[in-house]
Amino acid sequence: MLGLRKVAGLVAGAAMMATSALGLGAAQAADDVIKVGVLHSLSGTMAISETTLKDAVLMMVDDLNKNGGLLGKKVEAVVVDPASDWPLFAEKARELIEVEKVDVVFGCWTSVSRKSVLPVFEELNSMLFYPVQYEGEESSRNVFYTGAAPNQQAIPAVEYLMSEEGGNVKRWVLAGTDYVYPRTTNKILEAFLKSKGVADEDIMISYTPFGHSDWQTIVSDIKKFGSEGKKTAVVSTINGDANVPFYKELGNQGIEASDIPVVAFSVGEEELAGLDTGPLVGHLAAWNYFMSVEDENNDTFIKKWHAFIGDEDRVTNDPMEATYIGFKMWEQAVKQAGTTDIDAVRQAMYGQEVKNLTGGTAVMNSNHHLSKPVLIGEIQDDGQIETVWSTDGVVKGDAWSDFIPESAKLTADWTYPFVCGGCEKAMY
Amino acid sequence: MRIEFKTLLAGLLLVFAIQFSAQAQSFDSAAEGLLAKSYKDKIQAVEIIAATGDARSAPLLEALLAGDLFTRKSDKLLVIGNKASGGYDIVNALTGEALGSVKKREVRKIRINNKMRGLIKGLLGGLTLLNDDPNLRLKAADAVFKSRPAEMRTPIEQALATETDPTVTKALERTLAALKLTHAQSSEEQLAAVEMLEGMADPQVKSLLSAEGRKLQAIKDPTDAELQLALAVDAALAKIDEKLAFLNIIENIFQGVSLGSVLLLAAIGLAITFGVMGVINMAHGEMVMIGAYTTYMVQQLFLNFAPDMMNFSLLVAIPAAFLVSGACGIGIERSIIRFLYGRPLETLLATWGLSLILQQFVRTIFGPTNKEVSSPDWLSGTWEVTGGLALTYNRIGIILFAAAVLILLMLVLRKTAFGLQMRAVTQNRQMAASMGIRTGWVDAMTFGLGSGVAGMAGVALSQIDNVSPNLGQAYIIDSFMVVVFGGVGNLWGTLVGALSLGITNKFLEPYTGAVLAKILVLVVIILFIQKRPRGLFALKGRAVEN
Repeated sequence: MLGLRKVAGLVAGAAMMATSALGLGAAQAADDVIKVGVLHSLSGTMAISETTLKDAVLMMVDDLNKNGGLLGKKVEAVVVDPASDWPLFAEKARELIEVEKVDVVFGCWTSVSRKSVLPVFEELNSMLFYPVQYEGEESSRNVFYTGAAPNQQAIPAVEYLMSEEGGNVKRWVLAGTDYVYPRTTNKILEAFLKSKGVADEDIMISYTPFGHSDWQTIVSDIKKFGSEGKKTAVVSTINGDANVPFYKELGNQGIEASDIPVVAFSVGEEELAGLDTGPLVGHLAAWNYFMSVEDENNDTFIKKWHAFIGDEDRVTNDPMEATYIGFKMWEQAVKQAGTTDIDAVRQAMYGQEVKNLTGGTAVMNSNHHLSKPVLIGEIQDDGQIETVWSTDGVVKGDAWSDFIPESAKLTADWTYPFVCGGCEKAMY
Repeated sequence: MRIEFKTLLAGLLLVFAIQFSAQAQSFDSAAEGLLAKSYKDKIQAVEIIAATGDARSAPLLEALLAGDLFTRKSDKLLVIGNKASGGYDIVNALTGEALGSVKKREVRKIRINNKMRGLIKGLLGGLTLLNDDPNLRLKAADAVFKSRPAEMRTPIEQALATETDPTVTKALERTLAALKLTHAQSSEEQLAAVEMLEGMADPQVKSLLSAEGRKLQAIKDPTDAELQLALAVDAALAKIDEKLAFLNIIENIFQGVSLGSVLLLAAIGLAITFGVMGVINMAHGEMVMIGAYTTYMVQQLFLNFAPDMMNFSLLVAIPAAFLVSGACGIGIERSIIRFLYGRPLETLLATWGLSLILQQFVRTIFGPTNKEVSSPDWLSGTWEVTGGLALTYNRIGIILFAAAVLILLMLVLRKTAFGLQMRAVTQNRQMAASMGIRTGWVDAMTFGLGSGVAGMAGVALSQIDNVSPNLGQAYIIDSFMVVVFGGVGNLWGTLVGALSLGITNKFLEPYTGAVLAKILVLVVIILFIQKRPRGLFALKGRAVEN
């Protein structure tokens, strides 16, 4: 009984706190401030990648304020640190929305952190911009995905390697870290390869734990797999820190890109920064942005970034461009809607256009994914990635893969008459 | 007669002149072809450039391969650029005329892809086959082996005739056999080539033969000679497979020992702080991390003050890391751990908190991104034992280093006065104290020694893993596993534990994959600990009771 009373007391306390938070929120809303939440890990394993994105958002906010703010109001960034702890992401997201009353949130990197905050954003009807390439198979009304879907990264990369120019690859190693993004991407790739007539025996799939550091066996297995007389390539969805020892082992065992090229979906300029790239020249990466692309917008962006961070050696990368595009689109949508009200801004988002940093224009589709160009580049000895191939125009992000039978049937479209993130038939 | 002779001479001269200018012209226009957008056109241009035999072609192709070939945006002129402050110093790629310096964005790099890179390496290989440096000759022979252009056959034969170095000779023979097989003039020659290749078991030869075998099988109505060749190829492949399978076992053992030596290095410091002193030190991994960052700092110092001595920076980093991590360890012992002796749960929580503090501290100072620690030349690359077996130098280095650290530590514990005092204190504190040993001082020094050894492990790990604030976390669980499995308080146990875990892991991995192998090893350890709670080498006697 005592226990029950305690619980009741707790609930009452929580309710009181919630009302006081509401009151506080109302008082703040009267202030002339628009709040932007930043939900990126600043400590723990993911800090290496996510800290940069926090800085990118701060730079954009800074830039916006210098140009007079938004709707005549000052924009304020609220930064929290979910510390690479997935359940903490959900707690911090709730804190940002309920306590800080932010109008929009930019954040998350790993798919598991996104999955953890998803229910919070849907329950409280808020808006998240997710800036990282991911496995697809999702479209939430409350999330805008500005990174690449599999058909904007993985599929074009494999198609390139299959082509004459890419080396006519016939045998495939799919190597990844053991979690949801690589597993789903590899499932899609396997189905795609089989649809192109690649036999089972020509596909090798290997998973490793997070932070794996002893790559000897896997690299020598790859070497053996590649000695069957057919051109072999590695498609790597290895994530985070584990890439450095992987590439070091490749270099040490003398696997050159002209023998067995490795195309990576999670290795960008930032990851290469801690690495001597001499032995890696020619290995590939597939993204929607490279720092080396010559474009006026890109030059300005890099210059701004260097000025903001105060370090000429810092690099830019694809998730930063995705953050940039997302932020610009949100800014335009708010201007267009004339308010930061979530539902009004969401309606204004559809069809919103922003110039890519690599040329061309990115468009937000009604499935909450972008249309962007796809670039394939080769790693250079200075740690940069030079484009060797790109799509002619933009590719529309596909929330549900056509190569997985059960999801090929689904459509994501948040406009009338569909109004659904994954249905076979229209809702209305 | 005279007139005829004169006309003949004039005619000959004319032919020469035309040919010469034609060659120069084709070189120039082929070089222009490098400006093309499509890689197909560029590849054609490269082939023509090499075929002209023009003296300028080698430097041009070398610049292209190195990424030093640019086009000036203003007039589409082909230039070779050398990095200078803020841009490049450029020279005309065709005439060699110096054109001053330009900014980065005024020139555009001529891009090459993997296919071109392989082709250029093969073509340039022909030019360095007679170089004075045997390493370059070896590289050239391998490059030609990989791309196998038909026209390289004569140069390879010529090079083979004058070659004196046995390794290069072997590589040249292999290349020649490959050329004979793929660009055969007769079926006897092909058979001889297969026989030659059969003796050189390595994955690349296997790849070549399998491709050839597949081609032969695809022939609808094979002739007798083709059938014979197919049989020979199959037999050769079977032989090579057999040899490679044997080498595979040796390789597995090496990899197991190598993983074991990494585990040993990570755990050996813990064997002292946890094993000997009984402190559950969750911040042990951070001592390793501090050692790795010390390596980075030492390399930065070398880079700034003695760039020529860079190759020796690791040798300086080893004692430096020992001192820095050791000093940290002594500081931690004096300020935190000494108040917590005999309270394992509090020690565990306090050191775990400390590990988080240290991580964030390093992250604040050095930033969250990885730091680049370079490998000296003598730790890069592979040692080709035979064709199919290549051992990487950095792994060999780490195995030797781990052995050296273990031996040194054994000597300190057994042969020095400090070692004696340390053992005395851990076995019976009161008795040791009453014999006049300053137990507090010995505790601090012991903890410092364990932490210092962890710092040295950090130097080794910086060669194979990321130098990031999270470095230590990856090794803490493994370290405890090794110490517990090997038997607390026994360095031999740590050695045997580390090696057996490493080798088991590496033999499981090819069958089960990396994730399952790790899980299986953990399950085995849990079962083992159930049976023998004190590990492999349990301490016996009175010391155990305390």
